[in-house]
Amino acid sequence: MNTVFVPLGYFDLALASLLLLFSGVLSIYLRLGLEKRLGIAALRMVVQLLLIGMVLKLLFTLVSPLWTGLAAAVMIGMAGREVMARQKRKFSGLWTYGIGTTSLMLAGSIVTVLALTTQIRPDPWYDPRFAIPILGMILGNTMNGISIGLDRLMNAAVNERSAIEARLALGHDRAAAFRPQVRDACRSGLIHIINAMSAAGVISLPGMMTGQILAGVDPTEAVKYQILIMFLIAGSTGMGTLTAVMFAVRRLSDSRHRLRLDRIENKSTHTKE
Amino acid sequence: MLSIKNLSRPGLGPIDFTLAGGQAMAVMGPSGAGKSLLLRALADLDPNDGDIRLDGEDRAEIPAPQWRKRVAYVAAESGWWADDVDHHFDDPEAARKLLGPINLDENALSWPVSRLSTGEKQRLSLIRTLIGKPQVLLLDEPTSALDDDSKEQVESLIRAQVADGVSLIIATHDKSQVQRLDARVLMLKDGQEVAP
Repeated sequence: MNTVFVPLGYFDLALASLLLLFSGVLSIYLRLGLEKRLGIAALRMVVQLLLIGMVLKLLFTLVSPLWTGLAAAVMIGMAGREVMARQKRKFSGLWTYGIGTTSLMLAGSIVTVLALTTQIRPDPWYDPRFAIPILGMILGNTMNGISIGLDRLMNAAVNERSAIEARLALGHDRAAAFRPQVRDACRSGLIHIINAMSAAGVISLPGMMTGQILAGVDPTEAVKYQILIMFLIAGSTGMGTLTAVMFAVRRLSDSRHRLRLDRIENKSTHTKE
Repeated sequence: MLSIKNLSRPGLGPIDFTLAGGQAMAVMGPSGAGKSLLLRALADLDPNDGDIRLDGEDRAEIPAPQWRKRVAYVAAESGWWADDVDHHFDDPEAARKLLGPINLDENALSWPVSRLSTGEKQRLSLIRTLIGKPQVLLLDEPTSALDDDSKEQVESLIRAQVADGVSLIIATHDKSQVQRLDARVLMLKDGQEVAP
């Protein structure tokens, strides 16, 4: 089954770009006004991917723990920024960025290092050809879980303020007072990976598996890799979302078990009276 | 005995007063005077400073959840965190006994929260707090959404608590209610105590 990998030429890519051109023409013809955005997005995609291709090639030839670690740190930092950018309500100061990035780093690095040292075991274990793509897949999904979970929790804290404070006023501690909101936030953060696992292979063929098959890998081997990755993603998303939500609950309350909406940016705590 | 010295928070204070068990005090003043701010600060629901003691015990030495069980605040707008009413009561049996005296349907505990009117929510949230047997009751306009009959019944329930030795602090606009509860008045204006 191990057929050869078919390399692509730039002419092939240019040919495929005609499809995009077709969408652009359609947009002009139907006056959708999307042609400019389509063009810019396509250009960004090409430039970003060409650049990352070069960076990865360089990293792969260096096989240096320092440079691999640096690349991983940059990826985690960017993912943390993305988590922050997706929030409707943020903590004042750098708290939202800090909570997002710390949770990503914790979950992402624990799961990636575990996978590299016990299951995939390349030599050396930090070989960037394995470490970087795996970390990337894990981060992308964990980032989604964390940003949805945090967004859900922060909105609930504001919208369900009277429910949370009613419990606090009855003498429940902050963990109990936030329990329904924490449960809901974690459920929302994890629903994406749960759906992805349910649909895998039936409705969708996951990207990594498809990529390996295109590269000539035996489908049964590609499937095993995909299952491993799904487990890693699910583990990391769960760990990251729970960590971020728990950190955020701590920040939304204080040691006297008060709800501290005043710590949310630009959203003054409007008390009656 | 609740003793308050130099209670202050943004928009309020400093406020001083003492209130013994079995005494009632009404916090009055125009809207925005700081009535709710004062009650919330006493329950330690917002950051605030001051020397706050209950029976000589410093509030700072008491864990906040425990403090709020003893000095219990009932907000003007009640909060509900589950779908069914009975999930909000630690002891639904004890609560059931209190329903009749304040004009509530005996089966109200098995209703969904969505079925409750504002007035029913207000009364149920009062009962929810009372079954915890607090020493000090902080009530924020507890009868604002009630008809005259229900208001009378809630007041008699509150009076029974005070007769039982509970200290009552009630925020209200209703002068006749203050008389009926035999409460002294703390008048607030712009967060400061003024002559009544």
